This record gives sequence, C-alpha cells and structure tokens, in this order.
Amino acid sequence: MAPWTLIRGLLCLAALLAASSPAAAEEVPAVAAAADLQFAAREIAARFEAETRREVKLAFGSSGNFTRQIEQGAPFRLFLSADETFVFRLADAGKTENRGDLYAVGRIVLMVPRGSPLAVDPTLTDLAAALRDGRLKKFAIANPEHAPYGRRAEEALRAAGLWERITPHLVLGENVAQAAQFASGGGTQGGIVAYSLALSPAVARLGAFALIPEARHTPLRQRMVLLRGAGPTARAFYRYLQEPPARAIFSRYGFALPGGLPGGR
Amino acid sequence: MDVPALFLSLRLAAWTMAILLPVGIWAGRRLAWRRFRGQSLVEGLLALPLVLPPTVLGHYLLTAFGGATPLGRLYEAVIGRPLVFTFEGLLLASVIVNLPFAVQPTQRAFEAIPSEVREAARCCGMSDWRIFRRIELPLAWPGILSALVLTFAHTLGEFGVVLMVGGNIPGETRTVAIAIYDRVQAFDTQAAGLMAATLLLVSLITIAASYSTADSPGRRRG
Repeated sequence: MAPWTLIRGLLCLAALLAASSPAAAEEVPAVAAAADLQFAAREIAARFEAETRREVKLAFGSSGNFTRQIEQGAPFRLFLSADETFVFRLADAGKTENRGDLYAVGRIVLMVPRGSPLAVDPTLTDLAAALRDGRLKKFAIANPEHAPYGRRAEEALRAAGLWERITPHLVLGENVAQAAQFASGGGTQGGIVAYSLALSPAVARLGAFALIPEARHTPLRQRMVLLRGAGPTARAFYRYLQEPPARAIFSRYGFALPGGLPGGR
Repeated sequence: MDVPALFLSLRLAAWTMAILLPVGIWAGRRLAWRRFRGQSLVEGLLALPLVLPPTVLGHYLLTAFGGATPLGRLYEAVIGRPLVFTFEGLLLASVIVNLPFAVQPTQRAFEAIPSEVREAARCCGMSDWRIFRRIELPLAWPGILSALVLTFAHTLGEFGVVLMVGGNIPGETRTVAIAIYDRVQAFDTQAAGLMAATLLLVSLITIAASYSTADSPGRRRG
C-alpha cells in the first residue's frame, strides 16, 4: 500500500466513525446503576424500552465509584445508588436536581459456591468455626471503601465478631457483582453479597445462600436521583422505576419497597 | 457480543492512529537525524508510557482534567462537555499511552536511511519536500507501518487507563476490553468468551502483520 493512500484512508475512516455516534448519545441517557441491580435494572430497562420505545444505557459499578465519577463530571443523567448517603453527598455538591427518591431496600446474603466446605448459615456461626479449623481460605466481599454492600458485609462480620480474624482471608470485589462472581466462582469458600444477585438464575445455580438478619447491619436504603442535564427519557425512566411493573421486578429480586408491596403481585 | 463496544474500540484506534501518524513521522524523523541538547531526556519521556503503570497516567489525567480542576473547567467551558469520562478523554489518554509505539519504530526506520541517499537526491536538485515524499517516506514506510499496527493493537488492548478516565459508559467509553470485564461481572461468560476470542484473534493477526512488515525493510516502494 502506498503511504499517501493509507494516510488518506485512515483519516477518512476516523471521520466516518466519528460521525456515527455523538448525536445518538444525547438521545440515549446513560444511567449509573449500583452493581446489585445488575439483573433487576436490566429487566426493568428492557420492559421500559419495549413499552415506551425509548432507550437507556445502563452502566453498573459501585455507588462510591459512580459518586466520584459524577463529581468529576461523568455524563450520567440518572444515578441509582445502593446507599442514600452517596445521593445526599451529590445533592449537597449541587450535582443533582433534588434529593431523589427511595426506590428499594436491599439485603445481604452469605453465599457459598457448590462444593464449598462452608455451611450456609445465616448467623455466620459455621463461618467462625471454619476460620478456627482452617476450612476457610478465601472469603469474598465488595470493597467496603466505596461499595455499600461491602460496607454492610463488614458490619455483619463485625457484628459476628469475625472481622479481625477474617481480614487476612478477604478477597475484595471492585463492586458487589464482582464480589458475587468471586463468591460463586469456586475460587473462594464463600462471600457476603447482595440478595438481589443471589436470587438471579445465573448466580443461584452456582451455589447456595442464606439471608443475613437485617439487625446485623444498617439498612441498605437505595435512593435514586436525576442528575443535572437529565432529559425527557431519563425522567420517563425515573418515573417508570416507581410504577407497579418495575416495583414487581424489584420485589422479585428480593428488595423491600418503599410504601409497601407492589400492585399486581 | 457487545458490537457497539467493538466499534467504539475501532473508532478509538482509528483516531489514535490518525493523530499519531503525523506526530510519529515528525518526531521520529527529527530524533533520527538531528542531535540536540536534552535529546536523551526527550527520548526518555517518549518511552515513559512503556514502563509507567496505566493507572499512574489515569490518576494524573483525572487530577488534571477532572470536573473540579481549573483545567477541567476551562475545557468544559470551551468545548461544552467534560473531558474525563468521555470519548475525547479516552482519545487523549490513548494518544499519550501510544506515543512510544508510534515514535520508536518510525525513528528506527528513519535512522536506517543512509545519509548518502538524501545527499544524492539533493545533488539532483530535488526540493526538501520532494525528497521527503519520494525518497524518505517510501524507505521508512515499513517502520511507519509497523508503528501504526502496534498502535492499533495496543489501543484495542488498553484497559487500566480506560477504566480510570473513561469509566464504563456504553457507547461512550465502554471499549471492547472493558466490555469483557463488564460481561464477566454480569455472569455472562459466553459473551465474555466470544469477545475475548475475537480480541485474541485480532491481536494475533495485527502482531503477525507487524512482524511481516518489519522483516522486509525496503520491500515496499511508494
């Protein structure tokens, strides 16, 4: 290939590919969703898209990471946090339209992969025994520094008096979905992850789980908020998340709902 | 298979190559022939991305261009949207990370052109621009081509800096390497496997192509 032909071709290609997306990106709002919504939010978004013919782009991660990214100017239009303190922090910084709405309350579970020597017990007594007798090698939680589910896992482990002893065995997921990946993949003997993830078929078939009592951690009050610059599609999706079909899906994934049970189910 | 992510990666690679091609030729040629004070320093700086962890670059880009910094605010005021967590931010990171891949092979290619050839051309009365177009560029071409191929392959594979300054926004900053990571976390191992295999194949082909161009210096004439 002659140099000049390639140079011209490359510039044409770059220009052509450049033209393909920015206009469309404005129409389809980016939604930052806490990783525990990996399955529930996808299902709700699919229904929303089928019903309204409008599209949203979902990105999943830890709420703390998203908060930092939004503070630094990430172009998200709607934020579904797993913990309301992050929403309040953004609201105080003037990044949101208001202080948002509570949309669900999450729970945590002890998840144990198939073939693990660990018993699935909600009071974590066998976990304490496994720590003593060396059955426990690795245990997965989300990073408590910036993932709300990780912070609750830490609280539950502290409440059981295990935190100091389990620390050397911890594997930290960047968010709770990665922690669930670690806890169910067989590389660990178990982990503490989101109930909503453990209930999804893709994860449930990989292991067993037990719901950890609510009294063992501060509640996971999940709040969502429209961010500055939100357009009509982001608003419509925000409303849709509070309507009965969406509430039914949240409830199926084990979330407690603000204002009681959803209609229809 | 996340097709938009694949196209995003290709768009990023095309833009990176389009920007680095003239930069690589200019810098490579200058470094090859004109010794100047502080040249080792410049060469060292250009090679730095080879050894620097991508997260270091990501950190500095965030601290320099984040929404709360003066530089970030200035950029947003002028362009109308922030630099970090956008495609333009990824492109800036990608250009910096790929500098050594674009400059070094080009520099070696220009160094390999004997000065007698250029002097002969000048004696024949050719202008500098004509010498560059008709003599230097065709002779250096295999090196430039392998620089482009390496830049392309490396852009497709970049992960750390993309995750840090781009986040994981579909259609905006979710490249195919990030999409694999994302699919794994979504327990979608099938899609992750498919994309990983695609990247493996593409990388293999580009690397093979780069070796075949490097093996035959001077074979291609413009």
